[in-house]
Amino acid sequence: MSSNKKYWKSEAELNPNDSIVETLRQNEFVQEIPVDDFLGDKETLAASSTNRRDFLKYVGFSTAAASLAACQGPVVKSIPYVVKPDNIIPGVANFYATTIANGFDFASILVKTREGRPIKIENNTDAKIGGSANARVQASVLSLYDSTRLQGPTFNGEPIAWSDLDVAVKAKLAALKNSGKKIALLTQTYASPSATRLISEFKEVYGNVDHITYDAISEDAALSAFEAKYGERALADYNFGNAEIIVSFGADFLGDWQGGGYDSDYAKGRIPKNGKMSKHVQFEANMSLTGANADKRVPLTPSQQKVALAYFYGKLNGTSVGGDLPEAAKASLDSLASQVLKNKSKSVVVTGIDDINAQTLVLAINEMLASEAFEPTAPKYVRQGNVAAVNGLLAEMKAGKVGALLMDGVNPVYSLPNASDFVEGVKSVDLTLAFSANRNETTEVVQYVGAANHYLESWGDAQLKKGHYSLMQPTIKELFDTRQLQGALLQWMGSDKSYYDYIKETWSAGILAGGDWNQALHDGVYVKSDSSEEDVAEAAVSDEEVVSTVVPLASAVKALSGATASGMELTLYSKVGMGDGQQASNPWLQEFPDPITRVSWDNYVTVSKADAEKLGLINENVADGGLDGSYVKLTVDGVALDGVPVIIQPGQAPGSIGLSFGYGKAVGMKSEMQTGVNAYTLYKDFSNVQSVSIEKTGGMHEFACVQLHKTLMGRGDIIKETTLEIFNTKDAKEWNVVPVVSLDHQEVPATSVDLWDSFDRSIGHHFNLSIDLNACTGCGACVIACHAENNVPVVGKAEVRKSRDMHWLRIDRYYSSEETFEQDDTKKEEFDGLFGDKGSLGGFGEMEDPSANPQVAFQPVMCQHCNHAPCETVCPVAATSHGRQGQNHMAYNRCVGTRYCANNCPYKVRRFNWFLYNENDEFDYHMNNDLGKMVINPDVTVRSRGVMEKCSMCIQKTQKTILDAKRDGRLVKDGEFQTACSAACSSGAMVFGDVNDAESEVAELKESNRMYHLLEHIGTKPNVFYHVKVRNTNEA
Amino acid sequence: MKKVPYRNLISKVLGVSLVVALLLSNSLLAQETAAPSGGGDAAKGKQLFNQNCAACHSLNKKMTGPALAGVTEKYDKEWLYQWIKNSPALIKSGDADALKIYNEYNQAAMTPFPLLSNEDIDNILAYTDAPPVVPKAAPAAADAVAGGGDSSGISNEVILGALALVFALLVVMLILVNKTLRRIAEANGVILEKELAEKRTPIWKAFAQNQFLVLVFAIFLLLGSAYFAYGWMMQVGVDQGYAPIQPIHYSHKIHAGDNGIECKYCHSSARVSKTSGIPSLNVCMNCHKSIYEYKGNPEGPSKEDLANGYTNEFYTNEIKKLYDAVGWDEENQRYTGESSPVEWVRIHNLPDFAYFNHSQHVSVAGVECQTCHGPVEEMEIMYQYSPLTMGWCINCHRETNVKVEGNEYYEKIHAELSQKYGVEKLTAAQMGGLECGKCHY
Repeated sequence: MSSNKKYWKSEAELNPNDSIVETLRQNEFVQEIPVDDFLGDKETLAASSTNRRDFLKYVGFSTAAASLAACQGPVVKSIPYVVKPDNIIPGVANFYATTIANGFDFASILVKTREGRPIKIENNTDAKIGGSANARVQASVLSLYDSTRLQGPTFNGEPIAWSDLDVAVKAKLAALKNSGKKIALLTQTYASPSATRLISEFKEVYGNVDHITYDAISEDAALSAFEAKYGERALADYNFGNAEIIVSFGADFLGDWQGGGYDSDYAKGRIPKNGKMSKHVQFEANMSLTGANADKRVPLTPSQQKVALAYFYGKLNGTSVGGDLPEAAKASLDSLASQVLKNKSKSVVVTGIDDINAQTLVLAINEMLASEAFEPTAPKYVRQGNVAAVNGLLAEMKAGKVGALLMDGVNPVYSLPNASDFVEGVKSVDLTLAFSANRNETTEVVQYVGAANHYLESWGDAQLKKGHYSLMQPTIKELFDTRQLQGALLQWMGSDKSYYDYIKETWSAGILAGGDWNQALHDGVYVKSDSSEEDVAEAAVSDEEVVSTVVPLASAVKALSGATASGMELTLYSKVGMGDGQQASNPWLQEFPDPITRVSWDNYVTVSKADAEKLGLINENVADGGLDGSYVKLTVDGVALDGVPVIIQPGQAPGSIGLSFGYGKAVGMKSEMQTGVNAYTLYKDFSNVQSVSIEKTGGMHEFACVQLHKTLMGRGDIIKETTLEIFNTKDAKEWNVVPVVSLDHQEVPATSVDLWDSFDRSIGHHFNLSIDLNACTGCGACVIACHAENNVPVVGKAEVRKSRDMHWLRIDRYYSSEETFEQDDTKKEEFDGLFGDKGSLGGFGEMEDPSANPQVAFQPVMCQHCNHAPCETVCPVAATSHGRQGQNHMAYNRCVGTRYCANNCPYKVRRFNWFLYNENDEFDYHMNNDLGKMVINPDVTVRSRGVMEKCSMCIQKTQKTILDAKRDGRLVKDGEFQTACSAACSSGAMVFGDVNDAESEVAELKESNRMYHLLEHIGTKPNVFYHVKVRNTNEA
Repeated sequence: MKKVPYRNLISKVLGVSLVVALLLSNSLLAQETAAPSGGGDAAKGKQLFNQNCAACHSLNKKMTGPALAGVTEKYDKEWLYQWIKNSPALIKSGDADALKIYNEYNQAAMTPFPLLSNEDIDNILAYTDAPPVVPKAAPAAADAVAGGGDSSGISNEVILGALALVFALLVVMLILVNKTLRRIAEANGVILEKELAEKRTPIWKAFAQNQFLVLVFAIFLLLGSAYFAYGWMMQVGVDQGYAPIQPIHYSHKIHAGDNGIECKYCHSSARVSKTSGIPSLNVCMNCHKSIYEYKGNPEGPSKEDLANGYTNEFYTNEIKKLYDAVGWDEENQRYTGESSPVEWVRIHNLPDFAYFNHSQHVSVAGVECQTCHGPVEEMEIMYQYSPLTMGWCINCHRETNVKVEGNEYYEKIHAELSQKYGVEKLTAAQMGGLECGKCHY
């Protein structure tokens, strides 16, 4: 039966009278093609000078000419200096010690420069305090070469000369001198003796000057509590290396808690030595880096944390404190208290609860314990913001009492929760001026914008901790027409001194005390032996008007134990990669995956699984392999934040959610960099805990998450773990099991079976990298250091989502599916058959889900440089081969991009260049412009499209070390060999060296009974080895 | 026949110029002997002058110090003795002349020469008064010689031309003879072979029909063309012999060759860095502050130089280009501060993916610069001597022994490796110098 169905291509066909349809039935086109017009006219055709043959000739000739022209090599110009500076030798790197003090990050660092360009930040190992650069500090060198930087001062948006600006500002300030109106100086925390002295002199010149220090993320509670108790506005310092028991109530001290920088001391105590290691218990709401490293983590909402702290204090004190707490938390607090009481001085308690009562209580507890890790006598000055003063300023601005507002290093319009009040207030100020390196929300509302130096272009000093001074020196001349505020203040004061001279003066007067200035500048740090005398920073601090009295402990305990919460509790935090958001336009940091969620290019609200189910929020992996999440709307006291994507976070305390600062910037940013939402809008009263209502909204957010598989699935041989008890009492064979394989029907250790003949590697150097899973906190400084050292490109959010991220070094994060990894292993062992209760089909499915409060483990993975590398055998063009020194070489120029090697790599560490990331405006991440290219390391090839790349074990660095030794005619000393990651690792987790040097640290580590190789059973014989993670679960 | 008068002309010119040259040299000698009128020996004076004074003084030109020609007329001889032996003392004593000159030259103190005797000073002054004039006739004589040389070049061409002519004549004669013979044969009724041969298959047809031959031929043709195509493609990107025109005509021949300046004096970073470094202009000025003109060979420019236009004036002009670039005010002997860096054209270009370190080769291995860069001291225009291909690198690594003597770094590894390979001396290749990652990262 034939069908009577009528098929039609357009509606017009249904109309039988349509003329077009009729025409089309006859002809191909509706209208006549005017072919005859141009072909019919024979005369014109004949007259045309170009006939068909000529045309072909022209085409042929021009093609040939073009290809011939392309054959010619380019002419390369080489331009030497006219007068070469003595200390610069082209091709040789210089290192300068300097200091970063941007108000959020404070560290003593070394800057590597090549031909006068800073290209990398390294740790200043001479510094006793703050000598480790975190991921943000490592990345800060790229911000120097940001093409969106302000290139000169502006007035109402129009460029202006500095001299004109000086004249105008001076005149305004002079006019204000006797007007009764205030001159307000709103700045970041400087912690700088010279800046403090300068500002006090500025006050003398202009009289009514008020200096207000403002931290975007406030530590006001801790500062006030310390001030009330010890009479100085500062932060107590802790040395976690001296503690055997560390108790933390919501303090993310491996992150940015009270200025951060505690990880290296902490890590020292975490490596089991003589059967001992520190025990770390964390009570917290969000899953933080610190909580992930803890031996025991108890998820508690912020209000529960307060109760827990009060309860804990009561236990220590022998008094009974009530309060509503889960039984499990109570039990662990009980046992913890008894342990602490046993090891009083070897214990330390810290808290991140943003509450003066909690902070006071913790100071009291540490004092009571006489904790060796607690150093109140030499406090830290890295946060000095004063909430009351900022609020006072806002009120005065609105009241029209402020005549001039000078700002430096702050962006209140972005970071103030009540930014609209500020914008309103600015209108009633006569003179408004902001120093900023980039255009931002605040520079949009002020009259004058002073283009500010990057810290690598500036002079400065800092006192990070009492008695510990450091110097900041420029490592490059100002790239643009910029200035630092201190220089401008000197100008406006009518001084003809440079800020350099000014610092020198401050130092020789008060700090050096006979010490050598040049030596101090060379070292970058100076420790004042006798810090008892009154120094400059202290004097300024005591200037503060706030007079606070110590909160009575009893009332503090009472207030804490009575803490309750209504509805959901939001904890605002700062991410390891973004901090307070100063460097939001830094592509390295945007692409840096968060250590916990492994999400890059975004912030998000973290929700517990239980709450997510209640609210109907989901995370799902979609067909393209990307992670999608629901959107929610957050409302805090009437202020709403819409379009916040959700990440379901294992370990998040039910009833609490988390959101990070630093995102959602829009002004002065490239569109690619405008990511996330601005959490500061919810930062009411500068409190990081807010009562919030959460509401699901429509749509799904596309995340760029680099790790989609969350759990270890019981594969205990990838991250080997044991407890301190087992580690101490049992033989290594039991907790560091060597995998066995069957050889002639006999079970033999996998390490003894080999498909290949091994080369003799006993001669010359043989490089190995040791990674101690106990010391690794997952901070990610190595990831950025690797980025900078090896010219790793940034690929952008869309590409990361397609799993095309280029990081040579990744830090895998695994959750346990049961409460602990050990239970995972047991569960997997006990699978029986496919189906049923213990069936592996359903069982593996269950194991993919992380537990509500999982154990967490971090594992840095880079190319393992296998001695029997599976990648090398499959390369059709021998582009990857093995060196005698143990490195797996990659010859980019030989690679044809078949990607067999990546397929055959069991560790998945090879990265393929899908695009030409440099010279490509589709990838606008600083590698496509001349300015951004200045950060490129000239010793490492910038890879092109279509080649495979991977960790080279920093062969450029090992080769350089060898060459230096050869030139000096000496042996290489232990510790000289470094990779970018091992040099950046301040926790000592990564140790690199030559295992053929029996005296070397790495050789010793390789002999350790904790040593194992990743996926040992496949017999790749890697040159990277790990150390079994040991958890201190001792309850007594 | 035409050549005869020409040859006579050459010999005439040669003869005349020889006579002229001899006459001139005689007059020169006469001058030199006549010079020491002021009581000193100008020849000795010249030597002393070059040793002690030339760094700061010139005869006719202001340099760090004043021009010295005719200095005896300006100052009293006793005063000059004092000044030269110890000028600071004279200045200190408040001598008006001394102070004047001291202030005129930016208070740059002249080095005291207490070791010069009065006699030495007399000699120097004699030289400054009557310096031996540069033999002006020399270029003329050289011209003449050059002319002679050129004529020999012409005669070469003439000989070749004549040979060609003879050859052409022979060919014509052969054809003519052949034609005549044919005509004779025809006349005699002899049937030529050619007509008989027409019935045979032509050789090309026979070849085309023989498939085996065609196959062999095709194979050889393909192999041959592949060989040449490969050769052609292998030279793409190889710039051996690349000698670009530089913004300043810098002659390595004059600097490294004639004056024997050590390579690493200017290319100092070759010792410690991966790049050899193009010297910055302040390095040039170390010497060129006092070398402001090119005096060339005492015999004058060679014929080759002249043919290329490399006259003394040409070189002096290039020095002026340096002064412009570095911002040196010759008149007042000071830097103006207005400089314009020289944009040299880079000759040796390694691709980005190949890492090469000069210090490894120069300082550690002790390789002579010439090993890779060729006879630089003979290069008027610098060119790329070596192909700089990977094969070239590898070859050298295979053949060159590692210089281990006196280098503690190599002691252990060399002992162990040489034992392993059973050799006395290790090559760079045996030391691991062929591994990809040593140069490509």
